[in-house]
Amino acid sequence: MTAAENLLEAAAKRLFATHVTRALREQAENGVWPAALWSALEEAGLAQPALPETAGGAGGDLVDEATALIAFGRAAAPVPLPETMLAGWLLAAAGLPVPQGPLSLAPVRKEDRLTLVRRNGGWRLAGRMTRIPWAGAVTGLAGLAETAPGTYAVAWIDREAYQAAPGRNMAGEPRDTIDFADIVLPDNAVAMVALTADDLYRRGALMRATAMAGALAQVLDLTVRYAGERSQFGRPIGKFQAVQQQLAILAGQAAVASRAALGAYEILARGEDAGFAIAAAKARVGEAAGVAASIAHQVHGAIGFTHEHELHYSTRRLWSWRDEFGGESHWQAWIGRRAATLGADSLWPLLTGTLDG
Amino acid sequence: MFQGLTFDPVELPPAAEALRREVREFLRGALAELPPEQRAESWTGFNPEFSRKIGAQGWIGMVWPKRYGGQERSSLERYVVLEECLAAGAPVSAHWVADRQSGPLLLRYGTEAQRTAILPRIARGECYFCIGMSEPDSGSDLASIRTKAVATDGGFIVNGTKVWTSHAHHCDYMILFCRTGEPGADRHGGVSQLLIDLQQPGIKVRPIINLAGDHHFNEVVFQDHFVPEGNVIGALGDGWRQLMNELAYERSGPERFLSSFVLVTELVRKIGPHPSEREAIVLGRLIAHLNTLRGLSLSVAGMLQAGRMPDVEAAVVKDVGTLCEQEVPEIARSLVPCEPDPASPDPFVVSLARVMSHAPSFSLRGGTREILRNLIARGLGLR
Ligand SMILES: Cc1cc2nc3c(=O)[nH]c(=O)nc-3n(C[C@H](O)[C@H](O)[C@H](O)COP(=O)(O)OP(=O)(O)OC[C@H]3O[C@@H](n4cnc5c(N)ncnc54)[C@H](O)[C@@H]3O)c2cc1C
Repeated sequence: MTAAENLLEAAAKRLFATHVTRALREQAENGVWPAALWSALEEAGLAQPALPETAGGAGGDLVDEATALIAFGRAAAPVPLPETMLAGWLLAAAGLPVPQGPLSLAPVRKEDRLTLVRRNGGWRLAGRMTRIPWAGAVTGLAGLAETAPGTYAVAWIDREAYQAAPGRNMAGEPRDTIDFADIVLPDNAVAMVALTADDLYRRGALMRATAMAGALAQVLDLTVRYAGERSQFGRPIGKFQAVQQQLAILAGQAAVASRAALGAYEILARGEDAGFAIAAAKARVGEAAGVAASIAHQVHGAIGFTHEHELHYSTRRLWSWRDEFGGESHWQAWIGRRAATLGADSLWPLLTGTLDG
Repeated sequence: MFQGLTFDPVELPPAAEALRREVREFLRGALAELPPEQRAESWTGFNPEFSRKIGAQGWIGMVWPKRYGGQERSSLERYVVLEECLAAGAPVSAHWVADRQSGPLLLRYGTEAQRTAILPRIARGECYFCIGMSEPDSGSDLASIRTKAVATDGGFIVNGTKVWTSHAHHCDYMILFCRTGEPGADRHGGVSQLLIDLQQPGIKVRPIINLAGDHHFNEVVFQDHFVPEGNVIGALGDGWRQLMNELAYERSGPERFLSSFVLVTELVRKIGPHPSEREAIVLGRLIAHLNTLRGLSLSVAGMLQAGRMPDVEAAVVKDVGTLCEQEVPEIARSLVPCEPDPASPDPFVVSLARVMSHAPSFSLRGGTREILRNLIARGLGLR
């Protein structure tokens, strides 16, 4: 990590530590938008760290984006930060302006399809979008829609233009449903793009994996700290070898998660094909999430099972995020099919990124 | 207080990728005739002829100074050579320990005479080392060893018994870990590392047959064996600290997650180009694990290259890595129903049998799983 990245990491940590309190998380789960936190993120350049300044970003790189996402996941911050970045990426890729404020995107599920059809000098948008993150709270959505089979355009959909039926994930983050039936968008809100629904899904998976790596680091911290504080049988439970061995496993899973996610980001940042690395990261981090949450709760005992204790803000996010943008089995199957198609003698080249060599 | 584990990013330099192509090409030729059951032996396959060939390529001791027979290449280039060998199932065992541990130990702590006499031979692939640490009553608790070297005229007299000594019956030298003084309060004092010439009198090497039916490790008994003074490695009594410095190298390499890789390759071959959904999922999970482990292991290699001592991180690599290696035969048999048979003509079946019978050792050799986790817990500030 370079000095600049360390600075960014420290700044992000400080910002989240200042703003993300228990009360803030509770209010957010009850539908109150954390406005002060969001403006602080925008002011610090953390909302769009990887977009060029001309597109309204902070002019950093993808490693900055990863750093911000790790800090976000660690903080269990109740804001659509990954979604805003993802929407910014889509809009910028299509050459559309990236608005200020929190953003989200559609679709986020494989099953959902958004279409755009030319109509009366404008574009008619259609499709029933489910589990859209924060749809009710954002400035608007970046939609990736098919204009013809296999041909995609990005559409800017202003918040005024749709109604969002509220829903939530396990962590209490908004996951809304929108029925786009009779929405007509002006020409300047739509632009063709050389991306596909798969590209978007994969990028979303990488962001979830990276935020999960942050949440896993937090779960490890909380659990190690608790094991040092809680005493039974006259000593801290962290002195019992049975507990130590579980914490060692947890530490291993946290390490695996962050290296997997950051490793995929590093490949992406070098401009290489990161498809396999991202699939492997989402699959592996998702698995780590389950193992880690289970150990963390075991070590915390009953107190960790209360609403009062903060552990659940992280573990409920892990349980939600691991299934968003494809759960483990989705990405495992993708990898398995790819490996099988390539054949046995290409397995090692696949793992070493030397398929053409 | 807990500082967190660090796994810095690392990028293989272009030179390493160029070398990879060279190594792959070489292995394709050199291993063309190697049967699958021998490939499945992975880094326990002992083959001096192959080691000499690899040595002739300049791929043993390749990070050492040229004056000791090395190539002065980077440890990331070395990493590429190792992982390519393991992926191909090359029989690297003869030179493995010397290249990984004993050579670097001599380079760091050895005398000039020891270095010039031995390192070039290691690099040529003709001088092999074994590790004499474990004893009948000292496994994980290495500080309790009893093998003793007592000072005498011009050297030491050694008495005691070492066990599980891999390939002692084929090796030229042993790095003996033994008692030379009083342990002291922390139990870590008074131990030393001695260079043992296994051809000298006073040493009996007896086979111990492992569960796979192979003669791989041994019992080595020292009876009034004389070791010349010049064979002390480093400072007398400083053995514990010297040994601790080897561990990160010993535990973080690609051999800690690729021991079963030959079987993974055969599994992909068996499944063929049209996997069922279940096959794809189970196989994909395994490959995701391997990919992540490679990232972790490479990261530690990068940190070692940068002169750091990531021993806790290395323990994580070995703990998570060996779990995955051990799961491979279980996964393979769950996808391809068959009876494992070490004499089967089917490359998959025979690899399955080999790997299955070796798997229990993966989380014992080089420090048991529980000892590694103790070490990680210490890194977390809990011990
Ligand atoms: C294939 C193979 C090759 C080997 N090659 C060599 C070699 O070349 N040279 C050499 O010196 N040694 C070698 N070894 C020995 C190896 O280093 C030891 O097996 C290892 O250190 C464990 O010692 P042990 O077998 O005596 O088990 P023990 O230490 O007796 O352990 C038995 C069990 O108790 C557990 N245990 C022990 N202490 C603790 C503790 N404090 N906390 C929790 N659990 C504990 C262990 O984890 C293990 O599960 C080899 C072993 C194998 C299997």
